[in-house]
Amino acid sequence: MPILSLLAFFTVWQGLAIYINRNILPSPETVAGVFWQECQSGRLPFHLGATLLRLMAGFSIAMLLGCAIGIILGRNKKLDAFFDNWLVIFLNIPALVTIILCYVWFGLVEWAAILAVVINKLPNVIVTIREGARTLDQDLLEMARCYHFDRRKTLIHIIWPQLYPFVMGATRSGLALIWKIILVVELLGRSNGMGYQLHLFFQLFDVAGLLAYTIAFVTVIQLIETIILKPLDKEAQRWRRS
Amino acid sequence: MMATIKIDIQRKAYPSLERANNHPVILDFALSLKSGEFVCLVGPSGCGKTTLLNIVSGLDRDYTGEITVEHRHATPIIGYVFQNPRLLPWRTVRENIELVLNDRQPDRIIDDLLETMQLTQAQHSYPERLSLGMSRRVSIIRAFVINPDILLMDEPFVSLDAPTARQARELLTKLWRQRPHTVLFVTHDLREAIALADRIVFLSAAPMRIACGVNVPLARTNRNDENMIERFRQQLINDYPEINQLL
Repeated sequence: MPILSLLAFFTVWQGLAIYINRNILPSPETVAGVFWQECQSGRLPFHLGATLLRLMAGFSIAMLLGCAIGIILGRNKKLDAFFDNWLVIFLNIPALVTIILCYVWFGLVEWAAILAVVINKLPNVIVTIREGARTLDQDLLEMARCYHFDRRKTLIHIIWPQLYPFVMGATRSGLALIWKIILVVELLGRSNGMGYQLHLFFQLFDVAGLLAYTIAFVTVIQLIETIILKPLDKEAQRWRRS
Repeated sequence: MMATIKIDIQRKAYPSLERANNHPVILDFALSLKSGEFVCLVGPSGCGKTTLLNIVSGLDRDYTGEITVEHRHATPIIGYVFQNPRLLPWRTVRENIELVLNDRQPDRIIDDLLETMQLTQAQHSYPERLSLGMSRRVSIIRAFVINPDILLMDEPFVSLDAPTARQARELLTKLWRQRPHTVLFVTHDLREAIALADRIVFLSAAPMRIACGVNVPLARTNRNDENMIERFRQQLINDYPEINQLL
């Protein structure tokens, strides 16, 4: 079934390309050619790698901080009430504004780029994890207290399994959000990475190059989903009645 | 292995929005348990029995009074069988039991407990696949395995069908006779209390107070006999007509 739907997708694309017959929509074949060239020259792996590194850095920092802050806010009503407005403000600042501000304040440096990514992603993680921490099962927490579980044991065996679906949710929506932001970050202030390359293709009106890079990137994200996230999910959910 | 416990609660009330409405749940409640004694608390639903167990267990510290547990460790070890089994759904039966142990115990101890409670077959299942009766038995093992100074049980057999509840009671008795502990067992079923207890304490409705206490002199070996239990129940109700309103 997935193969069939992919095949249909490429057929429609091919058909449209033949019908339009101009450079603005190259056929899948042309794009594949460009893709192969870019891979061989090493440009694509280099820029893709640069973007993925930023993705990993930004994503890990945002997830770690977000989980910690989310749990604290979810478990502490006073702090939550105090910081709730802050969260709403940060959630609603456009990504572009944070990116520009980071570059203006800290210069066009790597860590400013990553900081911009983190600031954009962090509020989303906090909000999701906070929801999870608010709904923690009070009965199980009492049980843990009664049986003298220490903090570590409570976190690992009681809290984490309940937060897990929320963390996975934050991870999935996070990956999708972060890589879009990273491209803008790179486009505005970095001299490597996918965003930088896309900017170049834009200036040259090179749609084939643009599509080749996009496909490479989408494939990588899909691989992360199938190779890492899906098996993790399966492992963690094995106790549920199917 | 065993402990004496003294419960002395002068007053317990839940904070209420209206100050005037701050009725006490428990008032002037004093009860002592001898070492190794099995005491059943019998009282109407909602009279504050769970609140009492939460206070004894240390989960609820917002009360006036004092709980003294004679114990062997820095803090008393308390095994609490909650009304809902409160097992971790993401851990197997065996993992749920192992988790409450702080240091590694020989596997044999858990094996024995599982065997006694007839759960050996189910030890690697996840709680969602167990029946309610089985989950309740797992939570009883979990309370026994830590070798507690006192065991608290909050209606562990409520909402089981009669034969399942009876089987669970018999297994509990067997376990308790193998490993005697001081037990405070809450129920609203007088027959169940007679089947299990050394002593039954009847409680009045809010504010909860002790109405009366009765020893159960039946031999442990006769406690499976439904007729015997029924006869004792009739006799109790004749001797103490006031408990009729408390059931």
